[in-house]
Amino acid sequence: MDTTALIMLIYVLVLASFLGFELITKVPPTLHTPLMSGSNAISGITIVGALIATNEMGFTTLSKWLGMLALVLATINVVGGYAVTDRMLKMFKKK
Amino acid sequence: MSNIIQLAYLIAAILFVLGIKFLGKTKDARKGNMLSAVGMLLAIVATLIDLNLATFPEMLACLVVGGGIGLYYAKKVEMTQIPEMVALFNGFGGLASLGVALSDHFLKTEILAVEIDTVNSVSIIASVLIGGVTFTGSVVAWMKLNGKISGQPITFKGQHALNLGLLLTFLTVAVFTFLYQDDPMYITILVVISLLVGILVVIPIGGADMPVVISLLNSYSGMAATATGFILNNNVLIVAGSLVGASGIILTQIMCKAMNRSLMNVLLGGFGQTTTSG
Repeated sequence: MDTTALIMLIYVLVLASFLGFELITKVPPTLHTPLMSGSNAISGITIVGALIATNEMGFTTLSKWLGMLALVLATINVVGGYAVTDRMLKMFKKK
Repeated sequence: MSNIIQLAYLIAAILFVLGIKFLGKTKDARKGNMLSAVGMLLAIVATLIDLNLATFPEMLACLVVGGGIGLYYAKKVEMTQIPEMVALFNGFGGLASLGVALSDHFLKTEILAVEIDTVNSVSIIASVLIGGVTFTGSVVAWMKLNGKISGQPITFKGQHALNLGLLLTFLTVAVFTFLYQDDPMYITILVVISLLVGILVVIPIGGADMPVVISLLNSYSGMAATATGFILNNNVLIVAGSLVGASGIILTQIMCKAMNRSLMNVLLGGFGQTTTSG
């Protein structure tokens, strides 16, 4: 990777981290678990990486199989994460 | 990569930011979760459009299998068991990041036969370490919460020394992984050490502190995604990963404060337990 590209990526990392720190301020205790679960679903963004890793022709390489394994796992994380968070939040509304 | 894909990633990133923001407010929380889910869908669809259509069948198969499993357990789980379910989902996310890193390592060493540069190598090793720790750490948290293993802190003599020794071994082997990239033995050792460390750092922590631990591991899985973003030179992975990594740490601190504990106190496990109860 060339240095210019690396510096751009570090820019993105640093600014997004600061934003992440600032986003969470006063969270009511009942929302602790849903917030954790909701942001856990976001960390399933690694699904994008898994798609790229799966994008190889043929089924003969270790690299391809690792990509497919990662894709299944990341999809469980994303779909399960969003579904379970929504279920929790739906419960709160009824109360 | 085409501009339209990058634009879609940008919109996805905005939706993640709004999603996290709204999730912290009682009135808007459910809307926040929806917004972030739309962002995720957008990122996935944009990536699929960008990739080789010939591999689409197997991608779809993996998406359907993973989605089915995730949806089934999310619907089936009892309300009281949700925290442990979140731990398990989080562990899968960490293992997925580790899988992507390994896949890229073997793609470069075995198929493309190119040398992995320093930045990529460091990113792969970081993703393996953080992803591996997140996976086994989350599985131990899940087992402690559902009683598959005792919720009591498990401590033994020389625990911290062992952890330190493993970490030093990891760093040494990491150098060899970079120097002798073609030998799959070194990266395999790194995977094994990472998985071991995840178990060792969570077993000394008591079951009652598991929500804090899960929150911290959630932050880690974000950082693992960020490392994966550096491997693949992909902005949306870095933005979403760092958002979760940073906001996860703040949430962990808030949760500690709500329990009247300090984070160090929780992480030191066995010791912390006796000082607070005494």
